[in-house]
Parts: sequence; C-alpha cells; structure tokens
Amino acid sequence: MQKVVSPEHLFFEAPREQVFITGSEAVREAVRRANVDMAISYPITPQSESMHLVGDIFKEGYIREYFRGENEFAVMSAVAGASMGGVRVFTATGGPGTLRAFELFSTWSGARLPIVCAFMTRGVNSPLTIQPDTIEMSYLLDTGMIMLHAENAQDLYDYLLKAFPIAEQTEVHIPVGVFADGFFVTHTRENVKVAPVDIKLPPYNAYSAPVPVMDMENVPFRQMRDPFVMKSNYVSYAAHASWQQEVMAAAERARPSISSYLGGLLEVENADADILIITSGTAVSIAREAVAQAKQEGFNVGLVKIKCIRPFPTEEIRALTKNAKAVIVPEFNRVGWLAKEIKSIIPDNDKVIGAPRVFGGMTMPTQSILAEIRRCQA
Amino acid sequence: MTKNILKMSPAFADIIPAEYRELVDNGPYGRDVGVAELGTFKELLEEHPLCAGCGLALALRIFLASLPAPEDTIVVGSTGCSSLVFPQAAVQNIHSLFGNQNSVASGLKRALKLRFPDKDKDVIVVAGDGATADIGLDMVMHSWFRRENITTIMLDNEAYANTGGQESGMSQQGTVLYMAPKGKNFPKISMPELAREAGCVYVAVGTPAQPRKLEKMIKRAILLARHIGPTYVQIMTPCPTNYKFKNNETVNRLKGLEKDGVFKPREYITAEAQEALNKLEEVSK
Repeated sequence: MQKVVSPEHLFFEAPREQVFITGSEAVREAVRRANVDMAISYPITPQSESMHLVGDIFKEGYIREYFRGENEFAVMSAVAGASMGGVRVFTATGGPGTLRAFELFSTWSGARLPIVCAFMTRGVNSPLTIQPDTIEMSYLLDTGMIMLHAENAQDLYDYLLKAFPIAEQTEVHIPVGVFADGFFVTHTRENVKVAPVDIKLPPYNAYSAPVPVMDMENVPFRQMRDPFVMKSNYVSYAAHASWQQEVMAAAERARPSISSYLGGLLEVENADADILIITSGTAVSIAREAVAQAKQEGFNVGLVKIKCIRPFPTEEIRALTKNAKAVIVPEFNRVGWLAKEIKSIIPDNDKVIGAPRVFGGMTMPTQSILAEIRRCQA
Repeated sequence: MTKNILKMSPAFADIIPAEYRELVDNGPYGRDVGVAELGTFKELLEEHPLCAGCGLALALRIFLASLPAPEDTIVVGSTGCSSLVFPQAAVQNIHSLFGNQNSVASGLKRALKLRFPDKDKDVIVVAGDGATADIGLDMVMHSWFRRENITTIMLDNEAYANTGGQESGMSQQGTVLYMAPKGKNFPKISMPELAREAGCVYVAVGTPAQPRKLEKMIKRAILLARHIGPTYVQIMTPCPTNYKFKNNETVNRLKGLEKDGVFKPREYITAEAQEALNKLEEVSK
C-alpha cells in the first residue's frame, strides 16, 4: 500500500499537502511515512498524545508491531532490545519520563543503536509541574546521542523523518533524539506540509550496524577472552575509553548528513547585525517576532536558529559571532544550557547574555527579548 | 543460523584459535546433544571467571548443554555473577543494565519474530535473584503479564554475591548478610508462585545437583515459550564465597537443603502447556 522511495524524494521532491495538525499529530504523520517496524509506548503525564496516535497507525497497518510498556525505563529497554534485534524502532517521552528512563540513553549510544526518540520536553519535579521547559536537554547533552531541536510542528515532522537515515548510516549508527517544546508544539495546531501517505522511507538494513546484530545469524563465538568489566588493567581501560571516543566520533561523522538534510546545523537571518539572538526550539519563533519589532524601533538585530544541538555547530557559531557586539540567548529553562554552550566556545564570551530565561510553564513575552535588545544598545 | 556461517577458510585454519576449531568441528550447534553427552562434545562455555565451587557455574554449564537449539538462541542477562560467563560463551548475549533484562528480551523477541517469522529464535533471560526478584521484578512480571514468548531463568544464590554478599529478596529469613546485619526480617519471595499467577505457562524450581532433571525443566521451559507463553525456571545455586562453605561442598549442600525442606523443587504447568508438552515429548520419543 505504501511505495518505498528514496529519502531525498520523500524529503525534497514529493509534492506536499498542507494539513492543520498538532505537533503530536505531526509525530504520527512522520512515523506513518518512516517505514517503522516497531513502536513501543508509555503514556505518562505529561506525555503528549503522540504515542497513542502512533498506536492508531499501527492498527491501520503502517507499523508492524506496537505495544505499551509499563514505564519509561522498561520502554527504553525494550526499544534497545528491538534495535539490537535489527529492526527500526521508535518511541517518545518527555520531562519526568526522560528522567525515569535516563540510564538507557547512554547505553543506546554505547551499544550503537540507531533508535529515533521524540522528546516532548517538559519541566521536571519538584515542585510538581507538567509545563513546558527544556531543562531535560541540559541533562542529555553528554549521553552521546544526536540532538535535533524543532521550532514547530513542521520541523518536528521533518526532523523525525530525517532522523532515521541520519541515525542508520554505518559510520554513524547512534540514536537521534528529536526535541520539541512540550505543550507549545505538541498541543497546538499549525499548518504542516506533509508528503503523500502512499510513500515511505526505505526499510532499515539490520546489517548496516557496525556491531553484531543479536539474531544468531552471525558468528557468536566468545566475544572476548577477558570480560573488560572484571579486569582492572590498562587494556580494559583503554578499550572502554576508545569506545567512548568512537561514539563521539560517530556523532561528528553525522555532520554532513544533518547539514544536507536540514540545510545546515543552524539557520541565520541578518548575520551581519551588531546584535545576534541565538536560540533553539519555540524560543526561535518568539525571537523572530521580537526581531521584527526591534527593526521597527530602528535596531539592527540578527537571528540564529540552532537546529542541531549535538553535534554542536561550534565553528558556525564562532564565525557568526566574531563581529557581533552582543549575543542574546533566550531559553525556556532555568539553567541556561544553551548560553553556557555558546559561552564555552567563543573567546570574548562576556558579550553573551543568557537572558531572558523563562521556566515553570510561563510563555516568553517578546517584550522580554526586546528589553535585552534595548539594554545592549544603551 | 546455518552451520555455513561457522565454516573456516582452510587457508586460515591453522591460525584460528583451537577452541573455535573445536566448536566448528565438535560443537553442539544443530546437533541433538545434551547433559548426558557432556564431555563428549565441545561445550559452549570456554573457561569462566566464577569462583571454584560456584553453584552458578555448574547450573550454567548444564543450562548451555540443555539448549534445544543453541544455533538460534540469544541469552539476555543482567548485572551480577550470572552475567560473567557469557562473554566467554558461544551464544549471543546481551548485557544491558541491571534489572531491565525482561524488557530488553521483550523487544528483542518481538523484533526477531518480525525478521524471522518462520523460524524459532529462542530468547532466554538468565539473571540472578537480585536482578529478577528485586530490581527487575516489575519488568519481569510485566513481561509475564504481556505473555511474551520468552524463558526467564533465575540463578538463585540468595544474595548479591558479586558485590560481596548483601541481602536480596530471595535470601532466607533470619540470614545475616551485609545490609541485613540483624538477620533478614522478611521471608524469601515466592517467585515461582508469583510466576504462576502472573501468566507463566510453565514454572519449575530445580537444582544442578540433579542435572538430568534440570535439563528436562530447561528444555521444557524453552520449547513451551516458543508458542504457548512465558516460562520461568528458578535454579538453586549456592554461593560458597559468601555463604562461607567449602567449595567442594556445593552439591552436598544442595542435597542437604532439599532434605531439610528449606529448598523445595516443584513444577507448575497450565493445561494448555501440558497438552503442548505431551505432543512435543511424544514426537521426540
């Protein structure tokens, strides 16, 4: 019923129809076209509707296997098992669910599993919250996974579909987390352009994995003479250290494909401006509006939308910020992880303003960004 | 897996490790060998780092000899002594995290069903009492509730042995262990009965002191898990290191525990599983 087409055709050439859907429905539409073998779900509050909508398309026959696990740790474990068994697998979580499952994310990377997971980011407890917040991204920065941050439902649809061929390259073969700001993106409707329903990505090839597939269809003889975990010697330390470096290198090797599928790791408007706003996620939309208002007030302000957080667009940001007088980094979290990232890579980082920061569920008024712009100019 | 995958290039035969050549020439893949033939074929386990006299070592040797189809078996393990032999065993093995073994196995089994719809790929969980009855209990039981087609085997040494001998839920009441300095103050968890109530179609409690009987239990559990439902085997595997008995006393200790009524071998089977088993055992006669 669905025809397999090349990723390039699905992403760039196929005609697109405009539909008015929520972010959660955009997840469903991406998965519908992603030729996913198995999806495993857990509801949690505050999840999104995404994984039960994925259940709907399982019933319609777009996915071959689907079930509800008992908690996020179990789901992320089952997803790992499925991926080790050589199938394309998808799941989603957010906020407290991400934290409950946390031990798994670095093992996904370490086991070289090309799992695609949507994170609908939410605040974490305590105090109890179900509101949008990107703080979990701060915790995930060093798990080894590739991290893409969607601004809106269109990005979420596009990045999710593109995540599969990025993750599954032999030289990459690590998980991709696609992040969207929970509630703001998941629970609101917008126009999203989607490919026809009768085409899908090519199937996953289990033997593209750079590690043995756990199917007993390859030579299973004892994997090692001295299990590293039991040894306290140089060889075991060196093996572990080089493996971790290899996971980092795998993310680096993803740069060209991320760049070509997403049109760069970042996107910039008015790059030569004195004041640059650099941000990611829904804060980009608010910053764009603030930039328009600032222009009317006579300010020369540019906007940088970071699409890919891991690997980080270090060189691109260094080049862009070289001549800027001030860099404003608005964020939907308390810790300002993006401002820290930017401060850590540019020499004159006292020009980086980690504000405004909004958290606890509030929206970010454009006025709060405008106030920072005015302060820079004063 | 066809045996073709194992074939060595004759040009490299002289540099292939001896134990690999022995496995290709005389291993159990695709052959009907079991515990009775131990010593006549190359076993799947090559050396191991477990303590002398370890009950797990004996149980795992019997387990690996009992596999009905080692060429299509994937073992999912968990943290602890139970995992230590598998990097040196000739079946594929996943050691993910502590406690998540039955979830990993659920995903794996369903993936292999999708990829090999006409072939039985046996997914077998082998984990210790800590992984099964404590940290992973939720995931173990939910895999049973969901009726996953996997076999769960607990190697029960009644303690967290790999970390120096702390109390586990499977330790006997009153036993003094680390973290139970005044003696454990609640009874051993009734895992076999929990398994029966949670949906396992076959439950067995066995001991490596009776290898042929244990082999039968393991074989039944694996065969029934293929098409009938989840199965559970609990194997008593005493730990000389932490329970401080002589390492040549393991089998005697097992016999003594049974004689004293502390350890009770038992089997539960559903009517449906019994019917399937009758057919299977009739065919094999």
